[in-house]
Amino acid sequence: MIAFILRRLLQSTLVMLAVALVSFGLFRYIGDPIHNMVGQEATLAEREALRERLGLNDAVPVQFARFVGNALRGEFGISYRMQRPVADVIAERLPATLELALISGTAALVLGIALGVYTALRREGWLSHLIMSASLIGVSLPTFLIGILLIYVFAVELKMLPAFGRGEVVQLGGWSTGLLTASGVKSLILPSITLGLYQLTLIMRLVRAEMLEVLRTDYIKFARARGLSDRAVHFRHALKNTLLPVITIAGLQIGSIIAFAIITETVFQWPGVGLLFITAIQFVDIPVMAAYLVLIALIFVVINLIVDLLYFAVDPRLRAQRPGRGH
Amino acid sequence: MTTRTELHAEPPRASLLARLLDSDLFYSFTRSPVTVVAAIVTLVYITAALCAPLISPQNPFDPATLNLLEGFTPPMQPNEFTSKVFWLGTDAQGRDIFSAILYGSRVSLLVGFAAVGFAAVLGIGLGLLSGYVGGWVDAFIMRVADVQLSFPAILIALLIFGVFKGIVPPAMQDRVAIYVLIVAIGLSDWVQYARTVRSSTMAEKNKEYVQAARVIGVPAPLILVRHILPNVMGPVLVIATIGLALAIILESTLSFLGVGVPPTQPSLGTLIRVGQDFLFSGEWWIVMFPGAALLILALSVNLLGDWLRDALNPRLRG
Repeated sequence: MIAFILRRLLQSTLVMLAVALVSFGLFRYIGDPIHNMVGQEATLAEREALRERLGLNDAVPVQFARFVGNALRGEFGISYRMQRPVADVIAERLPATLELALISGTAALVLGIALGVYTALRREGWLSHLIMSASLIGVSLPTFLIGILLIYVFAVELKMLPAFGRGEVVQLGGWSTGLLTASGVKSLILPSITLGLYQLTLIMRLVRAEMLEVLRTDYIKFARARGLSDRAVHFRHALKNTLLPVITIAGLQIGSIIAFAIITETVFQWPGVGLLFITAIQFVDIPVMAAYLVLIALIFVVINLIVDLLYFAVDPRLRAQRPGRGH
Repeated sequence: MTTRTELHAEPPRASLLARLLDSDLFYSFTRSPVTVVAAIVTLVYITAALCAPLISPQNPFDPATLNLLEGFTPPMQPNEFTSKVFWLGTDAQGRDIFSAILYGSRVSLLVGFAAVGFAAVLGIGLGLLSGYVGGWVDAFIMRVADVQLSFPAILIALLIFGVFKGIVPPAMQDRVAIYVLIVAIGLSDWVQYARTVRSSTMAEKNKEYVQAARVIGVPAPLILVRHILPNVMGPVLVIATIGLALAIILESTLSFLGVGVPPTQPSLGTLIRVGQDFLFSGEWWIVMFPGAALLILALSVNLLGDWLRDALNPRLRG
């Protein structure tokens, strides 16, 4: 167990270092950092002084070590476009993205499991067929189109929900939340549906497939033979084993929810880190891009790690054998 | 078995078409009405896009053909000044939406096919190498693949685009954007091919026909391309079909985010991005028709991919 955790930790660290290297490469070699920081009027001597002060004349490995050191302290320099520390800008934007991701992720998980179980149990029902066909369209419908359709129906035609922004937000310490005001909650609805729909269809299809698989196994037949009620067989016996792979996929989906938030945030002009990243790409704001990259990689690596450990904790078969999974 | 002979370039006994019509694959195709419809829709769509200059009522990107008076004409209604009727309406500049969709689909399909081709060639190449050579080469390629696979394709494509914007001078960006887009989407999608081809290669390389080829002194690259490659192509075809739908969606997403093809050469995604602004003033057709076109294309290709996956999967064959 401990060896397994240590190996996974080592792997995660290596991945983070690789991402840091890419990020450092971006920062150091794309465009001239000095050029982006000082105005047009700066003299050559001033530029050279700044270069020396920032340590850009040091050996590259030294610079990389310093970059990693700074990154560990959460320092990514000054945004070229906004002339403010990148860490501050990101800290300000992060709550919006996390709230959106959390709400839509939870909704997708709960609804996805419920619909998946339903379509597996009532396999031939017309409602199941309807849900399955709708899910195929859901998979083919790009996220941004879902958002535009929702805006058209609920904001433009019905005028029920706001089409952009977060509404009123309340500051709780350093965290700005939209969950405490009516306009904030209303603003969350459309973006959450947009972001969660794809994950919902994915989880639903997965749960359905797993559930059908599990229902065919011997222990389910045996449970039925023992005369247990349908409810007990389906929910006490079958669902438990169905949820095992769902944990992995759902966990990994948290990461892609945060990545897909880039699209949703653009459609709804949601002031989160995704929108920040897209603007950074358009304006070649390298420090923001580098910081976002490291942040996202960190989230992915941590989630991967947690999912692996969780799997280990949930599946007794893994604990019994020697952990030989090279995942 | 027939699916294999069909992919194999052996000297044909019967004509290729006759063998195709006789195959299991074609039989399962005719038995699935949804797939037949999807195939017809895809074919019609691709043909229409290819023949866009012949069938579209105007060239939407030649300013000389545009009449500003015809701007914002709703679909199927005569324009109030020129009383011309546009099937799907016009945009702010009087550009016919139907023509714009046809021309936009060309860009979307071009990028989609090229990106899939790029990803497939790169992925198959690395997969063959990885599976055949093994050792540290294999370990290295697969590690890179693992790391890349844990990040969504869109992030990788966006990152590549960001790098491109930083390196290429702004004056040149519009001209090369489409190639960068192809490379970005291709690089974000090669892992699937590499993993599949690698595992099939590892299974194939110890079979007798490969050993026989090795014994008579066929050089390794030739063994890979002539002997192993044809036998690992089945799954690749499935991945490529589903990959085409994904690539088209990814392209339109990137263009929608404003980092894809330049507005002078709009794809479906660009049309949707531009059209979104008019949603609030009631001109819904400018965004909805390109959106519907994108959905129809992606859905048909997805359905084809789903069918192909089931048809080529021996476990599901009855």
